[in-house]
Amino acid sequence: MTMSQGSVLPAAAPAPARQAAGADFWFYFSRNRGAVLGLVVFCALTLVAIFAPLIAPFSPNEQFRDAVLLPPSWQMGGRAEFLLGTDPIGRDLLSRLIHGTRYSLMIGLVVSALSFTGGVVIGVVAGYCRGWVDTTVMRIMDVILAFPSLLLALVLVAVLGPGLVNAMIAIAIVSQPHFVRLARAAVIAEKDKDYVIGARVAGAGHFYLMFRTILPNCLSPLIVQATLSFSSGILDAAALGFLGMGAQAPTPEWGTMLAEAREFILRAWWVVTLPGLAILVTVLSINLVGDGLRDALDPKLKRS
Amino acid sequence: MTILRRFVVLVPTFIGVTIAAFLFIRLLPGDPILMMSGERALTAEQHAELARKLGFDQPLVMQYLNYLTGVLRGDFGTSISTREPVLTIFFRLFPATLELAVCALSIAVLLGVPFGIIAAVKKGSFWDQSIMGTALVGYSMPIFWWGLLLIVVFSGMLGWTPVSGRLSAIYYFPQITGFMVIDAALSGQEGALASALSHLILPSLVLGTIPLAVIARQTRSAMLEVLGEDYVRTARAKGLGGFRVIAVHALRNALIPVITTVGLQLGVLLGGAILTETIFSWPGIGKWLVDSVSRRDYPVIQGALLIISMLVMAVNLIVDLLYRLANPRLR
Repeated sequence: MTMSQGSVLPAAAPAPARQAAGADFWFYFSRNRGAVLGLVVFCALTLVAIFAPLIAPFSPNEQFRDAVLLPPSWQMGGRAEFLLGTDPIGRDLLSRLIHGTRYSLMIGLVVSALSFTGGVVIGVVAGYCRGWVDTTVMRIMDVILAFPSLLLALVLVAVLGPGLVNAMIAIAIVSQPHFVRLARAAVIAEKDKDYVIGARVAGAGHFYLMFRTILPNCLSPLIVQATLSFSSGILDAAALGFLGMGAQAPTPEWGTMLAEAREFILRAWWVVTLPGLAILVTVLSINLVGDGLRDALDPKLKRS
Repeated sequence: MTILRRFVVLVPTFIGVTIAAFLFIRLLPGDPILMMSGERALTAEQHAELARKLGFDQPLVMQYLNYLTGVLRGDFGTSISTREPVLTIFFRLFPATLELAVCALSIAVLLGVPFGIIAAVKKGSFWDQSIMGTALVGYSMPIFWWGLLLIVVFSGMLGWTPVSGRLSAIYYFPQITGFMVIDAALSGQEGALASALSHLILPSLVLGTIPLAVIARQTRSAMLEVLGEDYVRTARAKGLGGFRVIAVHALRNALIPVITTVGLQLGVLLGGAILTETIFSWPGIGKWLVDSVSRRDYPVIQGALLIISMLVMAVNLIVDLLYRLANPRLR
């Protein structure tokens, strides 16, 4: 394990994880060119999201009635002020895409933070306590895993009502069992090691043992899983938006934008191509980072 | 013995899944009696009559036991919109989804395994990097967008494939197997098979994309692990040719974890079918579910959810047993 023992509970985002792992980690991570590229793209997207109102040329919901379905500016019929063209009701596509970055990154962050926190707490407690607590928890997780995740998310949204917040809750519930399983397995592997027994003999309470002594040494697989749930959260939320069950119009969420533009697919390639490309680039960059994290945090690969 | 134990372990999960499906209707905001019956504006007497008929006047535990007995007898509820039993509709639509899933998974395995092997054997080369880069793009793909793109290119620009459905309306023949491609071939009508195939190809490609990427990645890492083993080195030292070592000695062992990966793609495929079938108007389970959600046909959602989860559990069990069969160390 490369984690230092005194590290505090990190959030699901990769940034604090890097701090905890230190220079050794960065050495292995930076050898993976794809991962570095992914990180650069991801940082750029984060900046776009933060400064969206400053970068975007127009408000995402401003309609230009004289500029409906204009092609990108380099195509015939395009206008210079609408760089990537306009959508069926005359909104600037570039501005909507820029603002959409905010939604997607927020969705990924909320989903991975919720499922990380919930899953890790449940998994650590189950692995630490064992017995009936463990059995009950794992059976419930088996039940959740018996449903295909997008199907379960869709049904949960049908119960909770369509909308972005409910979609995020549903996706977090669906991705939580993976954290529970990983955390539980890691805790079971760690809990009988000498340093844990030492801490217990020194008088550490159950709570301290679980979350301060054992958890920091189980973080590697959980961080990798967090990046995976970050990207799959964005994909699933976009899918729900596409099915009309996620963010609702006129929110400039990329999946919802695709759903709105679907009927114009054969007439105006840009309204369909560009939001999907934005989803792909974002998810790909996060998955590249995830691959790099996995390789850099995996002690088995490091020795070779 | 192992088979029996695996079955016993599934029992609590099965009960949990039925409880989840049972509670689903009751967790919805609103009157469950109106939702289950699909009726509106009932008089108080009619309402009480319906509540008695549907068993809502009994204690919750009795309601659950009644539900469970019904499920075990094959009663998964009745659709509000068509008044048909959910199981009947499921069996009518399932062949379409199965045909799509089988075709998608075949594409994924037939392309994913060889690409994974090439990437592993030529580790670090241009081929490895290109294949793994493409696989990661496939793995990150929003497939609903991917489907739309393929429609734009192959249906819109090139005009090669139809946009939706399973068959051109000009053909008609009896459904014997439920698989359109087989039925079209059996019908002997000229052009029917080509029509069925041209409808099938794009949706299968779309649905197979993510499993293809996952299988290629998994095959590569399994092959890499095996290629470093002693027995592979021994085979090489014996003077066996490179192809024979890879195809006979390494691949046989590398495929064991790949079997599990392939099996676990079923959940991915059923989830992906929701999106793929919606894009291509494919009349299968996925589209049925999306339509039922927007129609608020809650008995269908409840029943289909349960059937699908039972299906996933059954396939996972079979995969697990196959894995044990293929791996002598676990026998």
